[in-house]
Amino acid sequence: MPVIIGIPRSLLFYKYYPLWKTFFEELGAEVTTSGHTTKAVLQEGLKLSVDEACLPVKVAFGHVQALRERVDYIFIPRLVSVSPREYICPKFLGFPDMVRQCVQGLPAIIDTSINMYRREGDMFRQFSEMGAHICKNPLKITAAYRKARSEMARFDSRVEAGMLPEEAFINREGIPGDGPDHRPTVAVVGHPYNIYDSFININLIKRLEESGINIVTADNVPERLVNSYAGTLNKKLFWTLGRRMVGAAYHFTDNPSIRGIIHVASFACGPDSMTGDMIERKVRRKGNLPFLNLILDEHTGEAGIVTRIEAFLDMVNMHGQASGI
Amino acid sequence: MKVTFPHMGNLWICLNAMLQYLGVETVVPPPSTKKTLSLGSKHSPEFSCMPFKLNLGNFMEASELGADTIIMAGGCGPCRFGYYAQVEHEILCDLGYNYKLVVLEPPEKHISQLLSRIKYITGNRSWFEVIRGIRFGFAKSRAVDDLEIMAMKLRPREKSPGHTDTALTEALKLIAETRRPEHLQESQNNSAEIMKSIPTESRQVLKVGLVGEIYTLLEPFANMDIERKLGRLGVEVDRSIYLSQWVNDHLFMGLVKGLRSSSLYQRCSAPYLRHFVGGHGQETLGGAVYYNNAGFDGVIQILPFTCMPEIVAQSVLPSFSQDTGMPVMTLIVDEQSGEAGLMTRLEAFVDLLAENRDRKKELA
Repeated sequence: MPVIIGIPRSLLFYKYYPLWKTFFEELGAEVTTSGHTTKAVLQEGLKLSVDEACLPVKVAFGHVQALRERVDYIFIPRLVSVSPREYICPKFLGFPDMVRQCVQGLPAIIDTSINMYRREGDMFRQFSEMGAHICKNPLKITAAYRKARSEMARFDSRVEAGMLPEEAFINREGIPGDGPDHRPTVAVVGHPYNIYDSFININLIKRLEESGINIVTADNVPERLVNSYAGTLNKKLFWTLGRRMVGAAYHFTDNPSIRGIIHVASFACGPDSMTGDMIERKVRRKGNLPFLNLILDEHTGEAGIVTRIEAFLDMVNMHGQASGI
Repeated sequence: MKVTFPHMGNLWICLNAMLQYLGVETVVPPPSTKKTLSLGSKHSPEFSCMPFKLNLGNFMEASELGADTIIMAGGCGPCRFGYYAQVEHEILCDLGYNYKLVVLEPPEKHISQLLSRIKYITGNRSWFEVIRGIRFGFAKSRAVDDLEIMAMKLRPREKSPGHTDTALTEALKLIAETRRPEHLQESQNNSAEIMKSIPTESRQVLKVGLVGEIYTLLEPFANMDIERKLGRLGVEVDRSIYLSQWVNDHLFMGLVKGLRSSSLYQRCSAPYLRHFVGGHGQETLGGAVYYNNAGFDGVIQILPFTCMPEIVAQSVLPSFSQDTGMPVMTLIVDEQSGEAGLMTRLEAFVDLLAENRDRKKELA
């Protein structure tokens, strides 16, 4: 019987799933994920976490709870830093500890620290540590890591080409080769776990698509562009996700094909309180780009979101007509 | 150039000493008040933490007094404090304030970045003088901390309520007014005398450790004077972070021996929080464990609303409390905090501690 490893469908799942999945599967484990977020998942999460935690963390608790009984291992790496001189967010640093102390009846936990703060290069060492839980053969681990890396690179290029992660997980063929898109393009800027989890954001992406909007997100912007825009800041931003959001948003404000920006943040999000302000300030100084700031928590109501999106889209259309696009 | 800086408890005494010693003209912002906070909150991002809002308010008020340059500490994350200065500066720009910003922080590329910023402030003073100035500031921070520790011990034992606080204000004034390093020792002796002259009586007191985020621990306006309130309720207080200890840990890399240091707390936090989480999250846990080992009766965690590292600590504290039987109370502050609510909670908490102690005595 292969070992079953559970990966919660939350937090950085939307960024690294292909990497983790391929790695563990190559080592002979069976990888399973929790289902999409539902009300029940959220309810469980709310019971387990403190009130002050942000919505995505509460949801993540719910996903751990959903996996708990049907797996041998739960994979919740301690994501300290994924690139030099940058962090993720303090809550990611402490997430494995919070889970250990707050969730009862856990199976074994794989919570290898991934900390690239002080060094460049790849994460092989951390992956060997993760792999050691289920496989003792270093050759096999090396091979699995290589395979996982190349799988991840393919996933990244699909996302960079404009696919959204959920689609890129399944669609391995590559970029849909349709002609030029005549729909108005709106940028959605936010943490991956907020914009790709359709329960958290109450179907934002689908609603926009149904309204005939072409969507780009910060993850669709190539790293090179993100860096060149983030480099204009007075001080390097030390949050990897925040840097990507700010760099991409600054790029969007300069890009005439972008007809509006939606900034998605969770209630009381620490990094977003800073980066959101920087983005909003930039857009306001520019003065002529429709901007919507959506703040989400477990009390967010569908009707409110729909009204605000409609108003925003009206603004996008009016603005488009005025400038003759 | 008129230099200002944000308030954090008695930090102004040390910074002012250092800058004035170096001949820099300073503007100490008016003490933080409700007005400071509402000014700051009005123009800050909604979910920024309370220290951010108070900083911004301080700068706005200092500007009215003629300040034109801000010096501020920085950092490299993951706590958002590291980006305070930049965002605050942008806000001030948009509001039409004309501030020059100098951030003292670990350099991104080369140490010369930091040195040139120090030079910008200190002008053509020699490095030797600069170091003496810094030492003077540090000596003051230790003097201030000594007085505060005395006050925390005296408050629950004073004969007439409020006597300690009057004496402390007077003693701190002596320290603050000392202009030369060579006079500091004398002021210290005098201020210690003032504190010792407070009439006390021996009483049985409860002991509570305060842990949490540094700004809310050190700034009485932010924590609604919790040390005084607890003192009046007959509680001896200790806190996990003192200014001099923080300076020693972060600026001098722990060079000065004999001070309690954050590495002690980091070791203590091991079973509950195995990794640093930015800010003082790990120290909060470690502090709680430390106070438990030291025989304290209770622990209070203080944090500003939305503080990320402290939320991690807060999630883990209940299991510490369950394992050890140590009562833990969490106090979250922001611009909506009310004093009456805090008083009620503190009274209830102190009642609980007193009952705990009596029960333990009966069992013994």
